[in-house]
Amino acid sequence: MTLLLSMFTYPFILRAFVVGILVALCAALLGVPLVLKRYSMIGDGLSHVSFGALAVAVACGWAPLPVSIPVVIVAALCLLRLSERSRIGADAAIAVVSASALAIGVIVTSLTTGLTTDVDSYMFGSILAMDRTDVVLSIVLAVLVIAVFALCYHALFAITFDESFSRATGVPVGFYNTLLSVLTALTIVLGMRLMGAMLISSLVIFPALSAMRLIKSFRGVVLMSAVVSVLSFCIGLTASYLVSTPVGASVVVVNLIVFLLCCLISKLKRRSRT
Amino acid sequence: MNDKLLIDCRDVSLGYEGHAISEHLNFQVHNGEYLCIVGENGSGKSTLLKCLLGLIKPMAGEVVLDKSLRRGAIGYLPQQTPAQKDFPATAYEVVLSGFLNGRRRFFYTAAEKSRALMNMGKLGILELKDQCYRELSGGQQQRVLLSRALCAAGEVLILDEPVTGLDPAAAHDLYRTLQYLNRSEGLAIVMVTHDIQNALHYADTILHAGQKGWFCGAAADYLASPYGRKFGGETV
Repeated sequence: MTLLLSMFTYPFILRAFVVGILVALCAALLGVPLVLKRYSMIGDGLSHVSFGALAVAVACGWAPLPVSIPVVIVAALCLLRLSERSRIGADAAIAVVSASALAIGVIVTSLTTGLTTDVDSYMFGSILAMDRTDVVLSIVLAVLVIAVFALCYHALFAITFDESFSRATGVPVGFYNTLLSVLTALTIVLGMRLMGAMLISSLVIFPALSAMRLIKSFRGVVLMSAVVSVLSFCIGLTASYLVSTPVGASVVVVNLIVFLLCCLISKLKRRSRT
Repeated sequence: MNDKLLIDCRDVSLGYEGHAISEHLNFQVHNGEYLCIVGENGSGKSTLLKCLLGLIKPMAGEVVLDKSLRRGAIGYLPQQTPAQKDFPATAYEVVLSGFLNGRRRFFYTAAEKSRALMNMGKLGILELKDQCYRELSGGQQQRVLLSRALCAAGEVLILDEPVTGLDPAAAHDLYRTLQYLNRSEGLAIVMVTHDIQNALHYADTILHAGQKGWFCGAAADYLASPYGRKFGGETV
């Protein structure tokens, strides 16, 4: 217990907690429409683009966030267009974009600074990476995402469930899709250095999948995935502190365990019903 | 019944990327009318529907909608997408989303909520209100989507191949429901379908869209026309 309490005496862990909880919350909320619209891979693609942008920014000595935020937003809009036009294999296109961005990032860093611990922490996340700006930015982002979900909840449901019906009844589908992908881009850029480029997309996908196993209503899925995501993050971070494992990986494993539990519960429920 | 013109297609040409599929289409939909659009695959049926819904502009000509249909007050029943098959939402949530209509309001009013329940009752799915959409049968899912369309509808229902994927009994139920809505509620119905036999049985008017020309007229006259003889020949 004292060990647990001592954890909060380190300011960097406190910052990681705040940023992580807020990013986990945003990712889980955004993840529900993304997963249901079959856009899960966009999160993965964006995190790799974000890694590439970050690597280039560090190599050139620029501040990482001002460079990677616009780059990732542009990438998000491009990936969204690709996914909407299903004629080109959207999954293949996203794979190409993400692998290319990753490759460019790795080459740029190895030519300049070499593959240092910096790159390792971008790939797999680091609890030390969060500073005051991250805390402020993640609070702003969380307020934005929660406001969008509170005010546009019904529209988000409509465009997620049925785009063609929403279009026909005059809902600005394109606007909401763009809003979702820009917010996703911001969430991923902010969470990437904590969770790692390779692991951040799981924050988008896992909570929604877990909640979908158990809950029957859309509202319930949105709420439960937010709760699951925040709890998993807290457990993951605490565990990583206690047994000194990397944060990102620990959080993903907790999410995986929760997902498997949800699968098991829904199986048991179904069996007891028949 | 006063004859009100709801949809007026004037000399409309349809096509993809500058390549015309159907040209010089002229037809009208009045209130209380039941129109079925038939034709081969690729004859521009879906494109025509999108035109009526205002999702795309025709290559030439114009589609004029009655004032009551503007602002998205069209009850549309689109084809189901694979993503909807495992969608976590209650039937009630889906039906309510019919009231969105692009208005700048954040919440549904109490009147809208009770109308949603009324529409579900009308289609006999009120007891499924809190069931999960993905656990319903194909016919029940179509009824949920039809209730949603009723919430959005002013005077027209537009349906895109509603019986595709339904078993014969469920399809029959759906036709009976549509007939009820058409006769008793006075809703005009515009339906794209491949089920020519039932189209001839239930519809007042048949529109045959084809690459070489089109036919629009009473269901009885359709079979006598060259299109009808070729297309619906085996059903007579």
